[in-house]
Amino acid sequence: MDFSYTILIPLIPLALFVILGLFSKKIPASISGWMGSIGLGVTFVLSYYAAYQYYLNGKLNGVYQPFIYKYNWLNFTDKLHIDMGVLIDPISVMMLVVVSTISFMVNLYSIGYMKGDDGFTRFFAYLALFSFSMFGLVLSTNLFQIYIFWELVGASSFLLIGYYYTKPSAVSAAKKAFIVTRFADFGFLVGILIIGYYTGTWDFQELNNPEGSVITNWAATSFMGLSVITWALILIFMGGAGKSAMLPFHIWLPDAMEGPTPVSALIHAATMVVAGVYLVARLFPMYYFVEDGFALQVVAYVGAISSLFAAIIALTQNDIKRVLAFSTMSQIGYMMLALGVSGYHGHDGLGFMASMFHLFTHAMFKGLLFLAAGSVIHAIHSNYLQDMGGLRKYLPITHITFLIAALSISGVPLFAGFFSKDEILAAAYENNMLIYISSVFVAGLTAFYMFRLYFGIFWGKEKEYEHTPHESPMSMTIPMMFLAFMSIAGGYIHFSKYISPDHMPFEAHLNYYLAAIASTVGLIGIVLAFIFYKKENNLSERFSHAFGVFYKWTYNKFYFDEIYLFVTKKIIFGLVATPAAWFDKNVVDASMIGIGNVTESFSEKIKGMQSGKFQDYAMGFISGGVVIAIVVFYLWIN
Amino acid sequence: MDILSLFVIVPIITVIALGFTKDLKQSRIVALAGMLVQLGMSINLIFAYLKERAVNDDIMVFVKDIMWFEQFNIHYSVGVDAISVVMIILTAVIVVAGIFISWMVDDLPKEFFISLIILSTGVFGFFISLDLFTMFVFYEIAVIPMYLLIGIWGSGPRENSAMKLTLMLMGASALLSVGIFGIYFNSNIGTDGLLTFNILEIAQVNIPEAAQNLFFPMVFIGFATLGALFPFHTWSPSGHASAPTAVSMLHAGVLMKLGGYGVFRVAMYLLPIGALNWSDFFLVLASIGVVYGALGAIMQKDLKYINAYASVSHLGLVLFALLMFNKTAWNGAIIQSLSHGLLTAMFFALIGMVYGRTHTRDVAKLGGIMKVLPFIGAIYVITGLAYLGLPGFSGFVAEMNIFVGSFQHDDTFHRVLTILAVSSIVVTAVYILRMVGKIMMGPLSNPEYANLPKATWYEKVGLAMLLIPVVIIGVMPFGLGEMLKESIQPFLERLQ
Repeated sequence: MDFSYTILIPLIPLALFVILGLFSKKIPASISGWMGSIGLGVTFVLSYYAAYQYYLNGKLNGVYQPFIYKYNWLNFTDKLHIDMGVLIDPISVMMLVVVSTISFMVNLYSIGYMKGDDGFTRFFAYLALFSFSMFGLVLSTNLFQIYIFWELVGASSFLLIGYYYTKPSAVSAAKKAFIVTRFADFGFLVGILIIGYYTGTWDFQELNNPEGSVITNWAATSFMGLSVITWALILIFMGGAGKSAMLPFHIWLPDAMEGPTPVSALIHAATMVVAGVYLVARLFPMYYFVEDGFALQVVAYVGAISSLFAAIIALTQNDIKRVLAFSTMSQIGYMMLALGVSGYHGHDGLGFMASMFHLFTHAMFKGLLFLAAGSVIHAIHSNYLQDMGGLRKYLPITHITFLIAALSISGVPLFAGFFSKDEILAAAYENNMLIYISSVFVAGLTAFYMFRLYFGIFWGKEKEYEHTPHESPMSMTIPMMFLAFMSIAGGYIHFSKYISPDHMPFEAHLNYYLAAIASTVGLIGIVLAFIFYKKENNLSERFSHAFGVFYKWTYNKFYFDEIYLFVTKKIIFGLVATPAAWFDKNVVDASMIGIGNVTESFSEKIKGMQSGKFQDYAMGFISGGVVIAIVVFYLWIN
Repeated sequence: MDILSLFVIVPIITVIALGFTKDLKQSRIVALAGMLVQLGMSINLIFAYLKERAVNDDIMVFVKDIMWFEQFNIHYSVGVDAISVVMIILTAVIVVAGIFISWMVDDLPKEFFISLIILSTGVFGFFISLDLFTMFVFYEIAVIPMYLLIGIWGSGPRENSAMKLTLMLMGASALLSVGIFGIYFNSNIGTDGLLTFNILEIAQVNIPEAAQNLFFPMVFIGFATLGALFPFHTWSPSGHASAPTAVSMLHAGVLMKLGGYGVFRVAMYLLPIGALNWSDFFLVLASIGVVYGALGAIMQKDLKYINAYASVSHLGLVLFALLMFNKTAWNGAIIQSLSHGLLTAMFFALIGMVYGRTHTRDVAKLGGIMKVLPFIGAIYVITGLAYLGLPGFSGFVAEMNIFVGSFQHDDTFHRVLTILAVSSIVVTAVYILRMVGKIMMGPLSNPEYANLPKATWYEKVGLAMLLIPVVIIGVMPFGLGEMLKESIQPFLERLQ
């Protein structure tokens, strides 16, 4: 089978980026949006074709085979080198489908959403750059290639968050996102360097081979009680946690909502933020086998805690995009914990499969939630829940699609989220009771905050709108309808037939007992939201009063931003950088000037005359040097 | 005439021709023409070199040797390997870009271009020299015009800055001259030959360890002062701040590279045992420079100071890599020299363009410039991203070579310093984004800036010339690495 055409999938957006970027002033807005959409449409078709071809025919003796096309890009040492290439295997093909679907839909949607913006062409150029980098990331054949594209998605995220670059809040959000993830990437890079040095390879096929020398030799090295390879995996996960907004690197994600809403849908909900999950999944055999899965335990707990933490914060936020951002963080926590509790062989790989399944369905319904939120914002020009209410009459399509997505994320039976979440809970139930209970609780919280949004936006009392809100144009509603379709239909794909850690299909069945518990908890959340928010009432205020301090802490996101601000502004800038600048001026430089002055007065004394200043100095130094030189020669010759 | 000496002769002819010009228009055309010839020759040199290399295994090719002072056995001796070839190209590109950027220099244009080209003559001569004496002469030719260029065409406390710069570099050359003579007087040990300054001949003898230990730090500090080694870097921020744009470009872009090149070609090649013995000490200084320069850059208020401290950090990385003694790190050091040269020249050019229009370099007073000057703003952002090591640009290739190379040492000392150096990627992101975010983005800080003139064609050409090689190295690094590798081999063999 030949998959070499998949190389076109990243190259088409790259070409688009170059063309739109270089001629952003020349290409009129009416053309650039369609250029972007057609280009991404082609990648969409190619990705679906690749998926069709691969999942149907990619098996040999019942095992999915990898297909690799690569060439040598940069040589470091005799062993270590970076390849650039394409790796086709079950999870990369699944990611191609996700990324191309959301990219294509967001491109279409943006034609309507960004209409009239004076940076229209620039916007589509950035989108194309992002799609290129993201495709490159998912198709990577080795750890260093993934790092390269990892940095590139970070940069395109920076450009897109800061798209409204005259707005100070957007600029600082963009900076924050880049610097926080860069800090996490520092860990990632050190992890890569460790892997390179101790194993001599970065190639995924060699690293992930369960019988290979890398996995079997993990015990050969140790540092502070753990294998060096375990440390490397934890550091690599640090990079993943940064991109995927896990604790404690999550602070950039809510601020990133300053970017245009289609960007939030594409990058900060569906694709880039799940790169961390993808990274762990990519190295899953290493995480699972090295040191009996110690690093994987870290992944599980970080995921579980982030998931709970974010769901609690999401309860109290008033900016609808920020609620969705925390919801994203919470759902990614789900995916992480599912990976964390997963085994490797056969049915034990349920968690791995569930994580990828949830990644897929989440991309569809969360992408849709953002697009629908964008449609609401487009109609009433506000992000805040208190400015919304009763919009179901004016925005019928947005209303229905939002409802479908909300039902899906809340895990209501027959919607996509129900199936994927059930697999995650089943995997957690089989392996870790504590994580299971926390996850079920999160499922209830999710349903509650999601329907708080739904009732708050579409029901309740109508607010005074500047002009009558109207439904968005077709270019925006069609992508929403497509994603709504996927938010239901996506759940009926039998993921276990296609995706498993050992690339062998297995049978996974719905666990009715667990599904019933989860659905009940979800429904309770929805009912509570209905009581609190369906009609205007003061129940929610009374509750927030009753919770007092806890409410305040939650509303302020547990003061994480303040802690970071304190560390950067007060400690790094105030106690390190400023003294460094002072030290340089008043100690290092001053002592150099001091030496100059001493020499000057010395030479003046010797010469006993005052000529031009420069000559004085220069003569002082040169004659000094010559004197030393002569002395040295003299000593040497004798 | 041999192909290498032309690199000195063409600038000299250009300088003479400039003597006959009358006004700005004439002198810039003459300067540009001369330097375009130079650029053409240097591009030709790559192909000529690759062709020659295919049939010639010598360490240096295109060697030409003429007796200069017979009684001291001083020769005028030139030759190149891949390292000097790439440095020559870098110089030629930056000089031409610098001429474009100074298209409208209004004060004493003729003298300005003459000084600029004399400076570049010194640099070209330095890179082709095989004889320590010739090399030292060219080094001084490059440093002296700096004083005039800053003192006359500079801004701010220019005389003071020019003085500090010249003095510190002179002090360094005094130290260097001692070191070079020390090498000279040891150059016939174990042979019956004459004392010699020829690098290739000296490399055949084994200078006694005691002498190596004595002279290595002199040569190293002598050159590394020019490469902004902590704590001998303080001439650079004030010098850059006062220098006119093209001079800053040439200075940070090329002249500071003489430091790293000299360290490699002279100190480490001729005194390998001294280098190994001293490496830990200088490695600590270099690592401090990497982090300290980056931290220093965060809090600066003047754009040129930010860039000067950034250079301390990035050139610290060059010295750091040189002291790692392996092929990968050395490869990285050379690519980092190229990359930093191009990027810092771009930054200085851009700062000059902003300063020329707004008459301030104060970060606090600037803001939202991208809205008014979209081209300059976009290039500024790209340069910033390239500077902080984004893949696809040259900086990434250089840094990854350095980090992977440094990681080959598995003792705690090297590990700690390497991780410290790697951490600079975070600090670099902080100061670059802080600067770009403040001056280019955000709301327009001053309503007077609303009508700043757009970028002119010559500014665009100058920037494009610098950006294109940055992208080429970043996207297609394979050829460069292979080309350099063969020329690095002799240096490795000296360590055994």
